Amino acid sequence: MLKMTNIYKTFNPNTVNEKLVLRGLNVELKDGDFVTVIGGNGAGKSTMLNMIAGVHFPDQGSITLDGEDITGLPEHKRAKYLGRVFQDPMMGTAANMEIEENLALAYRRGQKRGLNWGITKEEKELYVEKLKMLDLGLETRLTAKVGLLSGGQRQALTLLMATLQQPKLLLLDEHTAALDPKTASKVLELSEQIIASYSLTALMVTHNMKNAIQYGNRLIMMYEGKIIYDVSGEEKKNLHVSDLLEKFEKASGGEFANDRMILS
Amino acid sequence: MNIVMAIFGAVSQGLTWAILALGVYLTFRILNFADMSCEGSFALGGSISAVLMVNFQWNPFLTLIVSTLAGAAAGAVTGFLHTRLKIPAILSGILTMIGLYSVNLRVMGQANTSLIGQNTLIMMIKGLLPEAKELGIKDSTLQTWVTMGVGLVFIFAVIMILYWFFGTEIGCCIRATGNNEAMVRAQGVNTDKMKILGLLFSNGLIGLSGALVTQSQGYADVSMGVGAIVIGLASIVIGEVLLLRVKNFAGKLIAIVVGSIIYRIIIAVVLQFGLATDDLKLFTAIVVALALSVPVLKSKKGMIRKEAR
Repeated sequence: MLKMTNIYKTFNPNTVNEKLVLRGLNVELKDGDFVTVIGGNGAGKSTMLNMIAGVHFPDQGSITLDGEDITGLPEHKRAKYLGRVFQDPMMGTAANMEIEENLALAYRRGQKRGLNWGITKEEKELYVEKLKMLDLGLETRLTAKVGLLSGGQRQALTLLMATLQQPKLLLLDEHTAALDPKTASKVLELSEQIIASYSLTALMVTHNMKNAIQYGNRLIMMYEGKIIYDVSGEEKKNLHVSDLLEKFEKASGGEFANDRMILS
Repeated sequence: MNIVMAIFGAVSQGLTWAILALGVYLTFRILNFADMSCEGSFALGGSISAVLMVNFQWNPFLTLIVSTLAGAAAGAVTGFLHTRLKIPAILSGILTMIGLYSVNLRVMGQANTSLIGQNTLIMMIKGLLPEAKELGIKDSTLQTWVTMGVGLVFIFAVIMILYWFFGTEIGCCIRATGNNEAMVRAQGVNTDKMKILGLLFSNGLIGLSGALVTQSQGYADVSMGVGAIVIGLASIVIGEVLLLRVKNFAGKLIAIVVGSIIYRIIIAVVLQFGLATDDLKLFTAIVVALALSVPVLKSKKGMIRKEAR
């Protein structure tokens, strides 16, 4: 369904900060794939996701989604196909607006917006129902400002917003990295539950190797802008963190995995 | 009696300038965009209204429409400079503002246009009412009352329209754009369009306000917009400080109108106490700087308290 072919991307070309991030990246996702992506800092994981979302555009290569070439499509135009949850809990929601207003914005993703009222009565009932599924007590706080919520609550809300209109592809960019361990595992469980119930195709970047093995049906390891390890099915289920570390060390020529990867 | 009259005058002035403050609120608070072009579009609205009346004998009400549209066009220019040409927000506004200074001189062909002897909007409505003598009041008093009435009607209409518009799907997107652009784009909204639309709306209102002020004060001047953004901000912050508890959108808009009136009353009072007119702008700047720094000062105080514990 998603196909990225031979993608190259350099940031700040011709300056001292020049950084070649993606070097001939090739990825292909099948319908219903739930892929976890791991790799060290600067491996290009987030850049890959941002490229799919249209935040950055590739210098070379092409991206197709369900057969449609979206390589040069602006971010807001491809948003109708994509659900996104960001690393920063502040990024996915509008803090000064109410919970229901945020949901109403997400509910209209991919639809034409005009001069009709921003929220209708029937919608609010739907929102209450959906918020109950999160089990965070938000269903009684529809008109509360999102800025009053905790990071975990905001991430859960963003997840709900990303899937309110069923996306073709769900992009989770280290969406639990900024949360405490308990909240993080709750949000992860919620993610898996939502992905399973709508049988969504999803890409989840994570720094946590255990999570990468535990969740999803396929795992991709990136290093220096390329995929160096791609495993799925039974083989993935039987992986251990030590296997991944070994792979990583081999690929990086003995360089140690960074602290964050080992610790998590 | 003198001070009472001065305050009545201040209230009527506050009402005509309140629409400017509402326009500034749209960009400064809702869109989170410090839009300097309002200084130019305010004078543009005034110049156009005056010239259409004096040189082309237009009905004053019709000139308001043209002034509003011209202001909106000026806002669209700023939006274009910022979103399409990627010029920083503050600079885009300044460029439009400076450009409009020449445009306004061209429009009027001179630095100011007097409406003396013209049947201005205020005069027209006054003409429909009984003579001041019959009502047993001074002519200037009647004029002040008429200006207040006109101001109230326009403000009512503007607040209704804003309340409706910012409740619609597009209005919600504009509000969200001022809050979190990345999120709005992720929800499939073109944030550039929303910014242009917000600037267009804001400067349209400011153009209208310029025309109304010109009609009530009886002349347009190329420099009438100088400090407009600061006057707008003063009204906003005074309104916000006084009506802190107001959370509802319509209430916030009304707070700004109240702020605009109080700002004018403050000015009238300090002038009565002998402040020189030349020092007014400095006075306003200090008031706004102090009001805007209230949150910082408050949090600093809070920090000191916490440390003391």
